[in-house]
Amino acid sequence: MGSVAPKRLALTILSLVVLSLLLTGCGKEQPVLYVYNWGDYIDEDILEEFEKESGIKVVYDTYSTNEDMYVKIKSGGSSYDVIFPSEYMLTRMIKEDMILKIDLEKIPNHVHIDPKLMGAEYDPNNEYSLPYMWGTLGILYNTTMVDEPIDSWDALWDPKYSKEILMLDSQRDSIGAALLKLGYSINTRDPGELAEAAQLLKQQKPLVLAYVVDEGKDKMVSGEAALALTWSGEAMYAIGENSDLAYAIPKEGTNLWFDVMAIPKGAKNVEGALKFMNFLNKPEIALRNAEYTGYSTPNLAAWAMLPEEVRNDRGAYPTDEDIAGAEVFVSLGETLREYDRIWTEVKAY
Amino acid sequence: MKRSPLIPYLIWMVLFTVVPMVLVLYYAFTVPTESGVTWSLQNFARFFEPIYLRVLGRSIRLAVISTALCLILGYPAAMVMAGNAFKRKHVIMLLFVVPMWMNFLLRTYAWLTILERNGFINALLSFFDLPRLNILYTNSAVVLGMVYNFLPFMVLPIYSVLSKIDKGVVEAAGDLGANPFQVFMRVILPLSLPGVVSGITMVFMPAMTTFVISRLLGGGQFTLIGNLIEQQFLVVGDWGFGSAISVVMIVVILLSMAIMSFFEGEEKDVALW
Repeated sequence: MGSVAPKRLALTILSLVVLSLLLTGCGKEQPVLYVYNWGDYIDEDILEEFEKESGIKVVYDTYSTNEDMYVKIKSGGSSYDVIFPSEYMLTRMIKEDMILKIDLEKIPNHVHIDPKLMGAEYDPNNEYSLPYMWGTLGILYNTTMVDEPIDSWDALWDPKYSKEILMLDSQRDSIGAALLKLGYSINTRDPGELAEAAQLLKQQKPLVLAYVVDEGKDKMVSGEAALALTWSGEAMYAIGENSDLAYAIPKEGTNLWFDVMAIPKGAKNVEGALKFMNFLNKPEIALRNAEYTGYSTPNLAAWAMLPEEVRNDRGAYPTDEDIAGAEVFVSLGETLREYDRIWTEVKAY
Repeated sequence: MKRSPLIPYLIWMVLFTVVPMVLVLYYAFTVPTESGVTWSLQNFARFFEPIYLRVLGRSIRLAVISTALCLILGYPAAMVMAGNAFKRKHVIMLLFVVPMWMNFLLRTYAWLTILERNGFINALLSFFDLPRLNILYTNSAVVLGMVYNFLPFMVLPIYSVLSKIDKGVVEAAGDLGANPFQVFMRVILPLSLPGVVSGITMVFMPAMTTFVISRLLGGGQFTLIGNLIEQQFLVVGDWGFGSAISVVMIVVILLSMAIMSFFEGEEKDVALW
């Protein structure tokens, strides 16, 4: 009698396994595309249109910083087909053999992308990526709460604006602002310069209202803070919602950044990923994304269709002179640990 | 073969409790080097730098304050619900439980807009010409968020113990000449201690480990130990340091539970923990 119970248990487990196999079998017909993008970084209606056109179901997840995305892909627990890293993160992921090469012939719409923004240093032959959006790092401010022209990073350290400053909870950007204020490169590996930047950020902490990412623009729109360190696209979106806001690229220099589309190794639907990248580069789709997110599109055909005041807005589409001194982030290799440590310390301070 | 019904639970516990714990300990006590992984206390040494000890201190302080506030607010509420004075006590019970059916993150996001400088509370205050309140992104907002979210965990265990107290005992104390205050101090309070202890444990632990409340309502300025751990795993990718902090936190929580069970004494059968 004693052996009956285990047998019955085994039988139950077996039937459960068979049942679950049968159930999963039913839903296997439609291919699925896993997309991992920044929060608030696409007009989500576009996903539905892509589903209709291609017959591929899109599963869409979001992250709020490059580092979040990297750690999730690196730890291997999840597999995505399309990701949108910034250029320095792309470099790091290429170096760590985490990115698949793409076949540009399968993305015919890449011809619409501004040739000036193709073949950049981070991916000279566009073997791995295509630009999705680009922009600068600067200060978004409320002209009713600030009565002087904002043209310097010093404004973010001005005690006058105590508890009215929003910083980015994104280590390279916030540390970058401190480095630019000090007149150093945002890609510095010099421990002395980094220590100075860390000191500056700790000194600034009592003045800071909050360290935010996606909530920042809403707080600026509702007048919660006077100044915010932010990306140009976020700023354009916020200005669209509240015309008291303005965006400045500080004179000490800025970070010129590119967010790209790429396919991580381990992607299960590479064909679908290429189709999706091609779809996003259709001029009318790129136009809608640029208008929805407020970010600057690298798609020339889409840019040409934008309203004139947007095309000539130097915040969204800065002139060559505006970004003459701008630096692009480069991947830091081992020095990154120092940045990690500084940011952990500033946040814990 | 009497034990066979236990097997699924055993497998569950091994897979989802024992194995992760072993992994946390492994990462905490090792560091990756050029020649492979070596045993080291380096991660713990880093935690005992003043900057991180301050984070631990801040977490304990905020958790203690929140737990105390929950107790002060929760005990009378539990007494009202358990007593006979109020006929519709199920309504109060429902009012405590219904918000818990909503997602915790959504409720915390709601506070974000209520507390804003131009938010609901300030609109109300300025309507009555009262001075405005700017508590969003401060310690107080974090404590408020914790008390709001964890109060039911204090009320419910106290209520369940209070409602089981034999009314005859309370009446007997009155008949023997004790005034209501004495009845409370000498009869009701001692009998309700197991509920209080499990309430304290159930509030203190999540308050100690939360990272969402402090990030949303504290604006990322009031790094608590939970935020530090989250940052190590999700942003920085330093699993060793993150695991070491987790081990420290487990020790703190085990210590506080040991202190609690010391007060709990013999009447364990009523408590939830």
